[in-house]
Amino acid sequence: MANLSYLELLAPYPPGWGGVLLAGAASTLAISFGAYLTGMALGLMGAWGKLKGGRISALLLDGYTTGIRAIPELILIIGLYYAGTDGLNRLLAGLGLPPVEVNGFIAAVAVLGIVQGAYMTEVFRGAILAVPTGQIEAAAAFGMRPSLRFRRVILPAMIPNALPGLANLWMSVTKDSALIAVLGYQELALATRIAAGNTKHYFLFFLAAAAIYLVISLLSTRLFNLLERRARRGQPLPH
Amino acid sequence: MTQEPAFALEVEDVHKSYGNNEVLKGISMSARKGDVISLIGSSGAGKSTFLRCLNFLEQPDRGRFIVNGEEVALKADKQGRLHPENWRQIERLRTGLSMVFQSFNLWAHMTVLQNVIEAPMHVLGQNRREATERAEALLAKVGLFDKRDAYPAFLSGGQQQRAAIARALCMEPSVMLFDEPTSALDPELVGEVLKVIRDLAEEGRTMILVTHEMSFARDVSDHVMFLHQGRVEEEGTPEKVFGSPDSARCRDFTANLRN
Repeated sequence: MANLSYLELLAPYPPGWGGVLLAGAASTLAISFGAYLTGMALGLMGAWGKLKGGRISALLLDGYTTGIRAIPELILIIGLYYAGTDGLNRLLAGLGLPPVEVNGFIAAVAVLGIVQGAYMTEVFRGAILAVPTGQIEAAAAFGMRPSLRFRRVILPAMIPNALPGLANLWMSVTKDSALIAVLGYQELALATRIAAGNTKHYFLFFLAAAAIYLVISLLSTRLFNLLERRARRGQPLPH
Repeated sequence: MTQEPAFALEVEDVHKSYGNNEVLKGISMSARKGDVISLIGSSGAGKSTFLRCLNFLEQPDRGRFIVNGEEVALKADKQGRLHPENWRQIERLRTGLSMVFQSFNLWAHMTVLQNVIEAPMHVLGQNRREATERAEALLAKVGLFDKRDAYPAFLSGGQQQRAAIARALCMEPSVMLFDEPTSALDPELVGEVLKVIRDLAEEGRTMILVTHEMSFARDVSDHVMFLHQGRVEEEGTPEKVFGSPDSARCRDFTANLRN
């Protein structure tokens, strides 16, 4: 094994470890994407609840966003995963059902999604508040119901305000997903550690992983730039 | 055939307070079909608040509202303030009461054409082709046909306000509400907007107009109401209100218009 060249080590098929790394990268993207969408849904509901809900819902949502944002992600991930599975199994036991093994992918998406949701709540809240009230008022004056106003006016009008914050959160979730390695789910970081540990070529594999993360970031930046340009097509550029 | 109600809009004894500050102290108005009614008065007189009560963008505390013969169902809360019994009714009536705002309030993420067809399509349920056809005719009428694919931010204030008028017209409203439609415009752009509104008045549209353009109000109105501190201080034909008002305040206010 020690006789393989760097290229052979990185080859996508055994005895190379490139395939393991790429599969890990695919998992990283899948987890990130799932968590991102979950976070978006939670964030939209959270922002709406904070802006339009009653005192109780605003208080609960404040607890959610403050709590999640105050605690280090690693602790949250471990805590939510073990507390989550433990709680679920206690519930199942209480109902007289056998315990379940929580699927690593779903757990990762759920845990990271809850974390993303807290940040997204604040991103969306700010973005919605930045929509000129006159445009919302015009929607009301033309007979739009609240749900239609939200869908046709508030949502598309706040997207350009939200996109920079959303891009940040996407960048951070692609890297936070590496923390899922502590739960034993094989994404890019864990795949790298396995490849490096098996071959003792730590430097090579961590460098390769860094390159993959970099490519993901660069492509994402480009994609978000395109999205933002499209979302801002109705706005003149500042001088 | 059912009998057409004589009044497009009738309101009685409208009151509105913000905290302890009573800004409307009982205003009544009736607009026959085709009437152009102007509301004039100094800032803080309650003109815009009254206009915004007509489509419930502001919730009046007291009053009766009858739109095209249909009374708005209101119920009182513990403090005796009225609230709509059913917002669905308000939303339905609003489709017949198009508003033109001081600051245009076009939807910035939509082109001019999309702004005009938005409510006809998504509120009235018209199909795109039918709505677009009418919208393009209206945009041609206000002189914006060639700007139909532009976004509002790239238009002048006068163009934006004309687009907003086309948007209001596309709902085929029974009453149009104008809330100081030229107050946010540069002086050289006021004329083009007033010309469009004047054409609408001459077509026989029912319009309620809050304005600071006194000579315009005198020319186009059938009825003028001078508001002062939340009350109607003087009202009548433009000749009466601008020519020989009973109220000294109204006389002072309109003084620069008389020679």
